[in-house]
Amino acid sequence: MIGVILLQTLRIAVPYLFAASGGVLAERAGIVSLALEGFMLGGAFGATLGAHYSGSAWVGLLCGIAAGLALGAVHALACVRFGANQIVAGVALNLMVVGATRFFLRLAFGSSSNSPRITGFGGEGTAGALQTFANPLLWLGLAVMPVLAFVVMRTRFGLRVRAVGEKPEAAESLGVRVATVRWAAVVASGGLAALGGCWLALDQHQFTDQMTAGRGFIALAAVIFGRWEPVRAGIACLLFAFAEALQIQVQGTNAIPSQFVTMIPYLLTLVALAGLVGRSTPPAALGRSEG
Amino acid sequence: MRATRAFEEAVLPTLTALLVALVAGDLLILSYGQAPGEVWAMMLRGTWGNAYGIGQLLYKATTLTFTGLAVAVGLRAGLFNIGAESQLAAGGFCAALVGLALPAAVGPWIAVPLCIVAAAIGGGLVGLVPGVLRARFGAHEVIATIMLNFVVLAFLNWAMASGGLAVPETLHTTAAPHAAVPRLASVFAAFHGSAANFVIVLAILVAALTGWFLFRTRYGFELRAVGLQPAAAENGGIRVARTWLMAMIVSGALAGMGGTNFVLGYKSYYEDGFAGGAGFLGIAVALVGRNHPLGVVLAALFFATLSQGGLAIHALVPKQMVEVLEGVVILAVAMSVPEVRRLLRARPRDPSPPAPVTSGAANTSAAPALADG
Repeated sequence: MIGVILLQTLRIAVPYLFAASGGVLAERAGIVSLALEGFMLGGAFGATLGAHYSGSAWVGLLCGIAAGLALGAVHALACVRFGANQIVAGVALNLMVVGATRFFLRLAFGSSSNSPRITGFGGEGTAGALQTFANPLLWLGLAVMPVLAFVVMRTRFGLRVRAVGEKPEAAESLGVRVATVRWAAVVASGGLAALGGCWLALDQHQFTDQMTAGRGFIALAAVIFGRWEPVRAGIACLLFAFAEALQIQVQGTNAIPSQFVTMIPYLLTLVALAGLVGRSTPPAALGRSEG
Repeated sequence: MRATRAFEEAVLPTLTALLVALVAGDLLILSYGQAPGEVWAMMLRGTWGNAYGIGQLLYKATTLTFTGLAVAVGLRAGLFNIGAESQLAAGGFCAALVGLALPAAVGPWIAVPLCIVAAAIGGGLVGLVPGVLRARFGAHEVIATIMLNFVVLAFLNWAMASGGLAVPETLHTTAAPHAAVPRLASVFAAFHGSAANFVIVLAILVAALTGWFLFRTRYGFELRAVGLQPAAAENGGIRVARTWLMAMIVSGALAGMGGTNFVLGYKSYYEDGFAGGAGFLGIAVALVGRNHPLGVVLAALFFATLSQGGLAIHALVPKQMVEVLEGVVILAVAMSVPEVRRLLRARPRDPSPPAPVTSGAANTSAAPALADG
């Protein structure tokens, strides 16, 4: 029972971990990450197309990442080059990706609700646990937050990311190219979040309409609940996933309505926002269009 | 001169966005192997080309006017209300509950106003939460409203699914016909079959009232002052926190009243998920409408046309095309607003001094930068 719950927790947490890592990176560079949901959905769709036409999950993975990087570039173009309002740009991107995946799903497969079955990671028919542990994305997902923590806190690039997110003018005066660093962070965040979408598509062996189902916003909640620190955000992802796994186990008993479990990440984040469990202070330049 | 520039600043980004959307739409249509001209013509015929199409788009524009006004009022106060979706749903829910609670004998002249008030209160309460979080704790309203969307929508879903409010096998409440607003078709027979109803009159009245409130009353002036320069407003004796709270409540109430269009005007019951993205589209409406009530009404008509147009072209090109185009329009407007402003300000014969766009208090959060456009 406990083993089942823990395994379930990991499986649910992987997409959150990828998306939240993208969120941490972009937000530390000062760009609001409302488009995580869109990046994930785009990644899932790219992975599906790649895997469908090549018959290889690895090609699917690459296509998913490419889709995420491309969407990240669109977000960077809007927010960094044009100085668009980052919140509006994020909302627009999410809307666009939902529409575009439906449109091209119909174009490619003649259905706007789901794709045919694709190859994914983990052969079919094997026991659930083995299948999960054979998925390389699981290990990548568990590694992503510690690696990101190292990159953000210990490398030159990470220092620059934090500088342009906190004091862009100061960074600029020291010769840091603010726009370049932000471009890099936002494009990378698109690729990272897309990995979460790749996990969904390759794990479920197909693409379904709006299959990310708000996971990008749970990841955003984890970023804020984790106070913009990679490891804390990772722990928040695991926590949120654990609550969901627990709910799936007790579903049959009707002990707690599933809708209330759904609320947990959002309620916790609201409480964290109110400063009741320690102050959440965003990067100082977060959301500023120009800097 | 100044007036001309303000007009150009308002209109040029929209024109740019329309052009970009037209090109993007052409590409999507071509990718589907259809002729763009034919599809666009079909879209026009299916919307403004016949009474039913006009009725349907007026119905959609009515809800969008409310949510657009909600977002616009928030932005005028420097607050970005992303919660219109759940405020709209909560408003509709409360209107339906009050309608059910009232005996059929009271009649529509009493039931309908009470339901409208209930919708405003329902939406206002959902707006109150991020308002308090912002005013008391300094919590960012964007995150708070996003999180609250999920909480409120999950709660309403629970209330319908497990709370015993729904008619068995459905996700809607029992109809309350005594709290129904008549269809436009009852007076103008040409609209027969469309969902357009007299809540549209309420929408126009509320838009006018919002304009009066924002530009002709002291509270509206204070609200806009807080949106432009919170620090300066505070120094000028305006209680900023209280203004934020008031703005979020008004914003939520406006979105909540939008729920009456579906609940009172169309179905006479509340149905889970009826908001269907109209709250999020309110952001687009406010953006394209430049946070001005008149602009909001026009932008609501535009987005309603797109939405109805998608259904009209579905035989040739999937209706999802318009969802892509909505995103493209929003993104293109968001990108060209600062660009147009920069270009206009760089114009040599412009007598006004260059505004400090690169830094300063007005730009510390993204919302005021949008609000002052």
